[in-house]
Amino acid sequence: MSDSTAIAHGTAEAHHEHPPYQRHHFETIAQQNDATNFAMWLFLLTEIMFFGGLFTAYLIYRNWYYPAFVQGSHQLQIGWGTANTAVLITSSFTMAMGVWSAEMRKKGALVLCLVLTFTLGLVFLGIKTIEYSEKIEKHHVPGFHYSVQSFVDPASDPEVYNEYHDKPLALDMARHTELYFFLYFAMTGMHALHMIIGIAILGFMIFRARAGAYTTGHVTFVENFGLYWHFVDIVWIFLFPLLYLINRHPLAH
Amino acid sequence: MSDTIVTLPDQSTARIPKMNYLTKENGLLSWLLTGDHKRIAILYLISISFFFFVGGSLAGLIRLELLTPQSDLMATDTYNKVFSMHGIIMVFFFLVPSVPATIGNFIIPMMIGAKDLALPKVNLLSWYLYVAAGILALYTMASGGVDTGWTFTTPLSTHYVNTHVLTTGMAVFIAGFSSIFTGLNFIVTIHKMRAPGMTWFRLPLFVWAHYAASILMVLGTPVLAIAIVLMALERTVGIGVFDPTKGGDPLLFQHLFWFYSHPAVYIMILPGMGVISEVISTFSRKRVFGYTAVAFSSVAIAVFGFFVWAHHMFIMGISNYAVLIFSLLTMLVAVPSAIKIFNWAFTLYKGSITFETPMLYAFGFMGLFTIGGMTGVFLGASGTDIHLTETYFIVAHFHFVMVGGMLMAFLSGIHFWWPKMTGRMYPEKISQLAAVVTFIGFNLTFFPQFILGTLGMPRRYASYPPEFQILNVFSTAGASVLGVGYLLPVLYLTWSLKYGEIAGNNPWQATGLEWQVQSPPLTENFPEIPIVDHEAYDYEWLERQKEKEVASVG
Amino acid sequence: MSHISPIIWQFLVKWMTNFALFPPEASKIAPQMDALYFFMVLVSLVGLTIVILLITSFSILYSKKRHPVAVQIEGSTLLEATWTIIPLGLFLVMFVWGALLYFRIYTPPANAMNIYVVGKQWMWKAEHPGGQHEINALHVPTGRPIQLTIISQDVFHSFSIPAFRVKREAIPGRYTSVWFEATTPGTYHLFCTQYCGTDHSHMIGDVVVLTPEDYKKWLDGSTSGSSLAQNGERLFASLSCAACHNTRPDARGPSLANVYGSRLTLSSGQQITADDAYLREAILNPSQHITQGYAPIMPTYQGQISEEGVIDLVEYIKNLDSDYRVQQTTASTTLLPEGEGNTTKAPVAPGANQRAPQGMVKQ
Repeated sequence: MSDSTAIAHGTAEAHHEHPPYQRHHFETIAQQNDATNFAMWLFLLTEIMFFGGLFTAYLIYRNWYYPAFVQGSHQLQIGWGTANTAVLITSSFTMAMGVWSAEMRKKGALVLCLVLTFTLGLVFLGIKTIEYSEKIEKHHVPGFHYSVQSFVDPASDPEVYNEYHDKPLALDMARHTELYFFLYFAMTGMHALHMIIGIAILGFMIFRARAGAYTTGHVTFVENFGLYWHFVDIVWIFLFPLLYLINRHPLAH
Repeated sequence: MSDTIVTLPDQSTARIPKMNYLTKENGLLSWLLTGDHKRIAILYLISISFFFFVGGSLAGLIRLELLTPQSDLMATDTYNKVFSMHGIIMVFFFLVPSVPATIGNFIIPMMIGAKDLALPKVNLLSWYLYVAAGILALYTMASGGVDTGWTFTTPLSTHYVNTHVLTTGMAVFIAGFSSIFTGLNFIVTIHKMRAPGMTWFRLPLFVWAHYAASILMVLGTPVLAIAIVLMALERTVGIGVFDPTKGGDPLLFQHLFWFYSHPAVYIMILPGMGVISEVISTFSRKRVFGYTAVAFSSVAIAVFGFFVWAHHMFIMGISNYAVLIFSLLTMLVAVPSAIKIFNWAFTLYKGSITFETPMLYAFGFMGLFTIGGMTGVFLGASGTDIHLTETYFIVAHFHFVMVGGMLMAFLSGIHFWWPKMTGRMYPEKISQLAAVVTFIGFNLTFFPQFILGTLGMPRRYASYPPEFQILNVFSTAGASVLGVGYLLPVLYLTWSLKYGEIAGNNPWQATGLEWQVQSPPLTENFPEIPIVDHEAYDYEWLERQKEKEVASVG
Repeated sequence: MSHISPIIWQFLVKWMTNFALFPPEASKIAPQMDALYFFMVLVSLVGLTIVILLITSFSILYSKKRHPVAVQIEGSTLLEATWTIIPLGLFLVMFVWGALLYFRIYTPPANAMNIYVVGKQWMWKAEHPGGQHEINALHVPTGRPIQLTIISQDVFHSFSIPAFRVKREAIPGRYTSVWFEATTPGTYHLFCTQYCGTDHSHMIGDVVVLTPEDYKKWLDGSTSGSSLAQNGERLFASLSCAACHNTRPDARGPSLANVYGSRLTLSSGQQITADDAYLREAILNPSQHITQGYAPIMPTYQGQISEEGVIDLVEYIKNLDSDYRVQQTTASTTLLPEGEGNTTKAPVAPGANQRAPQGMVKQ
């Protein structure tokens, strides 16, 4: 933190000089950064607990209704999922570059990185929309005229059938695919909600970054947002294998 | 071992300092937009007192209805709504934020020698979230209420009632975030904002207790949030995750809910234990007996507290082996509480004890919490749990812990720090009377409920068999005494704002850093950040300080 | 007593005559439960007395007047260890004692008589094996272990008999069980203790304990004409279960004779004991409970049979000790009136009657 930007804080309580972005109640800017960073990590910990509830439900029901979960996952387009994973990892990279640019006080690079991250975030949501609309067409949205047609009669769903040649599920098991899709929508939906919040903050940050707010040497906000963005990314890194990849080709009994 | 003589300061010449956090700025906006932890604490104090009296009036209605065996004062439906709203308001809008958000908010930064909490805006945000949630809860109540009980048991809450489950769930969800932010703020503050020389083992036990409670808030509350989200989705969309006909498991909701709601009990009681440590030490002029044991017992309660949730489900058909493990862990979590009680009792040994109001409340706490804790063991032992759970025994048990424990601690703390918060003393005689009235009223209200529970009277009953009446009449009579006990402090504390004696910096001759500055304190607490060179509860250090002052003045 | 207002007098009389402080002990487990309960009360009282004694004696001895100078003491490892270890030891004793009791209450003996209990908003329905139905009442004999198999039709309920010191949650979608042996004839309270909606407090009833002779009289007097197993048999026939579950060499389902209580190997390789809960699940969610060697072709009956219907079927299968009756029903399915559920016509097995009549449904 450079002293060049430090100015005297002209109130009676301030005994020492400190930069304008240092809040009164901190002794040093290092303490302030330390505290806000720590707070962000704690917040992410609460997020883990929040998603943890969903992961628990997933583990339990997957264990109980294994065939339904396998066939449910066949309905997901692995191509879109992979594409989205790539998009998110790239966006994490651009975000990290953004933090670096802010630290290096490169305003142009920071704005570019934030815009890239913003765009990639939108691309992710776009792909998710395509995937969701497919589920809506097939009546795979739990609670809304849910149909088990694709599972009791897989041949009626040629696209998936030609790839996996699934055996028909008994009706009682087929009904449990609704739980799979509920968990799919709840987990990816909760994740998408976090993406939307992140994108909204990114929009605000692009605006501020262009005004030079983050290239003064005070990068805590960018840094903490970076943590949040990486966290959202990591949640996806868990969701992708659990929902799309795991046991696509189950061992034959 | 060494001797300490403490004399109370002469207060006849004391004046309220002109410059303090109350007078710094004026106007409603200066309060509503404040970042000052002390002002936020006052905002919290006003709002939680309001909710306490809303919840208290509902409790009054419950007791009135139970005066007779028939459901004659209100229909069973109304009764169900009344006890549900009583539980929701008392748990989420009074007990969880009570000590931490008011006293903790006010005192913790001062105790550790900081100018404010680490994140003042987040602190204010958490008050606004609390208020938003509170208004939503009141709106729900005004527009018809909810009758699921505070536990939102599925499938009752999802498929079988048509009251305002969603808005209430929303209110609890928001209040949960308020609590998460408070806890998060405390943890960051305690880690990063301690004054130079304030090491972990020089922290007052109040801070340790809040640290432990904050861990529970931060890690437990998000699980409640997801449980409520799932419950809301199940109710609106019918996703089946808790619906056995669709393959879901209603017990999963119980697990998720109690994963928060049992630790929540410790969120409620730990800060209260912190208050008691301060009060007992101060009024016996003595260091807390076995500081380290008391500090670590708080952390132990927090850690074990996370692994006992299924003891709420012993009769619900969870596996016998799960019952064994959770029962054993429940026994283990009872031990740190026992340690605390004995350590406090031995703090009195060879002290120099005075009996001001906070001390009387603290004695009340120790007695009632001992009963509350021991009856918890009745319920933690899996065998007796079968007979006693879901009856008035459990109602009495958690009211002994929550009301006899936490509320006594809260009142003790409010009286103890009232001079610091307002600069004025509360009237001593009448407040001692209030403490005694509360104690008597409390025992009269809740002790008969242990017997009722043993007899088998189920909780949440609007009507009951006539042979239970006499004990219920005792209980209702006690509740009216208790009501008086709670109204008195409101009256005389309000009175004291204007007419109370001027307190001075350190009316109790306590050792905490908060007592070494003016009352009411400055906006940023300390003229300059103190350097700490002594342990907590070091009364000799306090003596030396005073001698120094006298020397420098002389 | 004329100076006491008659209304107050009336109340006093009522209270004093209807006043209880301790519930009656009317089951074998009750005295055992109370022993632990009083042990705990004793420990609590001792603990509370110690705390109160410490506080009062220290308050008197070391009040500021008597003891103006506080002596600073760090602590005492020995003392602290004492009040850590002694409570811990006591709590562990309570844990073990409690766990023993818990296992006793929730592990029914093999010879227990089974009564089914279905909870619904807001009533208890009890079904005796002989077909006697009761609502908000339960008649049981003394001197005989009774097992309750409990299930809920809608929300959580809890079946509580304070005088027997037993209680068990009624959960939607799964059987739970509890047992007791009543000792003293009389009428006792039956409560629903889990909050279950509007009329939760009206979901109460009487448990009537009768001597074995009176119980037999009661059974004879309140029979509905056919036992649960007979109802189940009728349902079994009308649902055409025997179309697959028979003993023909080409049978599509396993034979159900003597299946209850046996070890089964499922198609997933899992070993399982066929108990009430298993039978219920196999009817409602068959595809997870396929016996090894059979194809998963059984349709689900979820939503087609009521909980009582499932109980009838379970009771029928439990009592099925030979295939004779199944073959009978296979042969005569088409003659039976249509019962509840969907009836599909099953092919009549030729020569089903050729076997010797080996057994009957146990009654």
